[in-house]
Amino acid sequence: MSQAGAPLVLDALAVGALEAVNLTLEPGRIVGLSGPSGSGKTRLLRAIADLEPHSGQTRLGTQRRESMPGHEWRRRVVLVPAESRWWQDRVDAHFPPDTTSLPEALGLPDEALQWSVDRLSSGEKQRLALARAIAIEPSALLLDEPTANLDPASAGAIERWLTECIREQGMPALWVAHDAEQLRRVAEREYRIDGGALREVSWT
Amino acid sequence: MDVIDLSWWQLALAALLVLALAATAAAARLGVTRTLLIAATRTVIQLSLIGLVLEALFAIGALHWIALMALAMLLIAGREVMARQQYRFTGAWSLGIGTASMFISAFSVTVLTLIVIIGPDPWYRPQYAIPLLGMLLGNTMNGISLGLDRLTEGVWRQRDVIENRLMLGQSWKQAIDEVRRSSVRAGLIPIVNAMAAAGLVSLPGMMTGQILAGSPPAIAVKYQILIMFTVTVGTGFGTLAAVTAGARRLFDDRERLRVDRLVRSG
Repeated sequence: MSQAGAPLVLDALAVGALEAVNLTLEPGRIVGLSGPSGSGKTRLLRAIADLEPHSGQTRLGTQRRESMPGHEWRRRVVLVPAESRWWQDRVDAHFPPDTTSLPEALGLPDEALQWSVDRLSSGEKQRLALARAIAIEPSALLLDEPTANLDPASAGAIERWLTECIREQGMPALWVAHDAEQLRRVAEREYRIDGGALREVSWT
Repeated sequence: MDVIDLSWWQLALAALLVLALAATAAAARLGVTRTLLIAATRTVIQLSLIGLVLEALFAIGALHWIALMALAMLLIAGREVMARQQYRFTGAWSLGIGTASMFISAFSVTVLTLIVIIGPDPWYRPQYAIPLLGMLLGNTMNGISLGLDRLTEGVWRQRDVIENRLMLGQSWKQAIDEVRRSSVRAGLIPIVNAMAAAGLVSLPGMMTGQILAGSPPAIAVKYQILIMFTVTVGTGFGTLAAVTAGARRLFDDRERLRVDRLVRSG
């Protein structure tokens, strides 16, 4: 991907009750996002992925959002929602056609690719949803509570694997979590949505 | 080919039978007596009125009056398509998509059939044009309302799935593909079934009418086949057009899913 390693820049992005957001997400770095339920975290992620109407500008390096069709933008700026959906019968039908193995951190055998979607638990769905998003090699990653449905052990493994992927592939990433401890481990800074505005949290 | 005309007292005999049924229903307290009588009265009034309109139309035979009648039929059918939707498009789209699709398919198939296949003189001769258009509009209307209903309901139910597909970089066409195809299928199934069962279970209404009116069955059969084919073509292209336009309308220029362009009715 030519755009891998480019920063994701939000320029006066505004959606819903949230004030205009100016933010630069550096490649390979994770920015944490927190705030009470209903404060607009998910809507902000959706606006960045261009899934709902909003005002302001977004660009990936020098490439502006408007310079490409919606699906190409979302193919690069990938949002992984808190609850994933599956529409084919088998797991591998949701992955790129040449996928034969799964990342080890998932704790699932490669045969899981042949499993029927019906037999997946919510935790398995969440882990596989992250894997299918990484598998399309995005240029930027938006994660909405990526470990919310997981038990502590697999949450730890997923957390380490995700941070590694983001660093290695030089993706800018925005990571939404309720768990303040997790954000301190993975992110290099944290913003909190507070009363309709984005404020940096001081970690001292 | 002499047709036995029915006089009003002969119809009155049939009406007596309906009254007998109504009386029985009332005695058995079935609760349908009122609706039965109202429906029977409506049949008499509506058909008598349309008979007068057709008599006048056939007598005049002028193109602009026929066109006016066709337009009225189209708008009534368009309104009916809209009324049958559980989830409607906002604004003028709810009437517009169905009406425009019926105009494209039913009208062009009717005109094509008149000019190229049947060839009456003049081509718009109302004895041919109005019944043909009526058959086409009626069936196309069914196909389009079934197809649009399946589309909007399917998108409403599966909006999270469609959005998740968009999140993984699929185009709007890929994301809605399954819903779109099943919607077109839903619109086409009734007419395909009707073709497959034609003549086995019951004689199609138009053919029955033609035979009763004294036409040789061989001619009635040929007309029925022609009608079946044109109705299928009209329904097929109409449903395809309506579902395609509806699917497009559910996404904006950035290929975002816009369920806010639907409202739930009733």
